Amino acid sequence: MAGKTKDELLYDHNNDGIDRRGFLKCMAWAGTGAFCIMQGGVLKSYSLSQMSQMGGKAPAGELSFAQISDSHMGFNKAANPDVVGTMKAAIDKINGLSTKPEFLLHTGDISHLSKPEEFDTVDQILKSAVAKDVFFVPGEHDMLNDDGKQYLERYGKGSKGAGWYSFDKKGVHFIGLVNVLNLKAGGLGTLGPEQLEWMENDVKHLKSSTPVVVFAHIPLWTVYPDWGWGTEDSAQALAYLKKFGSVTVLNGHIHQTMQKVEGNVTFHTAASTAFPQPQPGKADSPGPMKVPAEQLKSVLGITDVNYVRGQHALAVVDSTLA
Amino acid sequence: MKMRVCMAGLLVTIVAMAVLLAGSPNAAAKAQQPVAATAEVKIDNFSFGPGTVTVAVGTTVVWTNRDDIPHTVVSTEGVFKSKVLDTDEKFSYTFTKAGTFPYFCSIHPKMTGKVVVQ
Repeated sequence: MAGKTKDELLYDHNNDGIDRRGFLKCMAWAGTGAFCIMQGGVLKSYSLSQMSQMGGKAPAGELSFAQISDSHMGFNKAANPDVVGTMKAAIDKINGLSTKPEFLLHTGDISHLSKPEEFDTVDQILKSAVAKDVFFVPGEHDMLNDDGKQYLERYGKGSKGAGWYSFDKKGVHFIGLVNVLNLKAGGLGTLGPEQLEWMENDVKHLKSSTPVVVFAHIPLWTVYPDWGWGTEDSAQALAYLKKFGSVTVLNGHIHQTMQKVEGNVTFHTAASTAFPQPQPGKADSPGPMKVPAEQLKSVLGITDVNYVRGQHALAVVDSTLA
Repeated sequence: MKMRVCMAGLLVTIVAMAVLLAGSPNAAAKAQQPVAATAEVKIDNFSFGPGTVTVAVGTTVVWTNRDDIPHTVVSTEGVFKSKVLDTDEKFSYTFTKAGTFPYFCSIHPKMTGKVVVQ
């Protein structure tokens, strides 16, 4: 292993000199659709199209998908009077990525008021996505008036309980969780014992080398408890994932991008395609944040995720709509 | 004599009732509360205002959502539960029993309030 570099190597899972924190920093420098590699103690970034042209073996089993979140279809207040337009712009952005995503993850608050026409409109907009498969998890705005019955009918086929499920793509294990039902007064998001038990069994027999992606609406780490930005029993869920060398947690709900690395786990929240919300504590409440109209698209966005077999870290890159 | 007192008494009662019915501000200090009492709670900026409202038995509390985001009004003990309230929508509940009724917004559970009925 190389001697200490300027960015101290703290999490060297691959034993290849890639420090996860440094990796994420490189992502921020490199911009959209890039991949970072540490070579000879130096962080280098390559675009994914470059990588496939590089001398030597092309990485096998590349997986590419995109995350959108918080479309809040039906919202029409000052913060964004045209959530249809901004969601369409997000899909266009995804369709234009250099590496086409194979499928999409929607991390919830699909609708604003759980109205049928709102869900219908989202389905309509998603038809224009090149990626035909979309995997959903609900937000609290999707469970209104009927405790999620409509959500389950539309998006919950094959799921358990309130809509949790898992699936595999090219050796990566995906787990969709629901943490927006049965919320208690004064509380945070909650997974509940039934879902936790299901999750424990779901991952029990997986090899620890399997990369795992968990997606849920409310953040699975405590971003800001005063605003309910956290999940009260997520520690239990994360305990079941301790054995895995690579865990990526993708969330929404807070309408801004945020990242955190803890051991083998990378937490990431996506921007909304509808409206931004203030940073923790920077406003009286976490409501829709108004920005000048010409700036709106720069605070909305999508997330592009790429996995190259053999690399532990998934490359998670955010892009804004502007 | 008795008759006159009786009549006078009756007259006073009739007059008093007439005054009360006319809604005169000079009505007796012991005037009863209006039958349909209401209390207002405004929902704004992710909070219920006032956070605690104290009312008499029989009062109808009316919640109005002035926020730019939807909210709900849900009793923690299952006593009442509103549908989702978008901006300017209202929910009312008439409290027929005394007691303390904590409630919260089921979409944003950090929002809590209380109705105290005496």
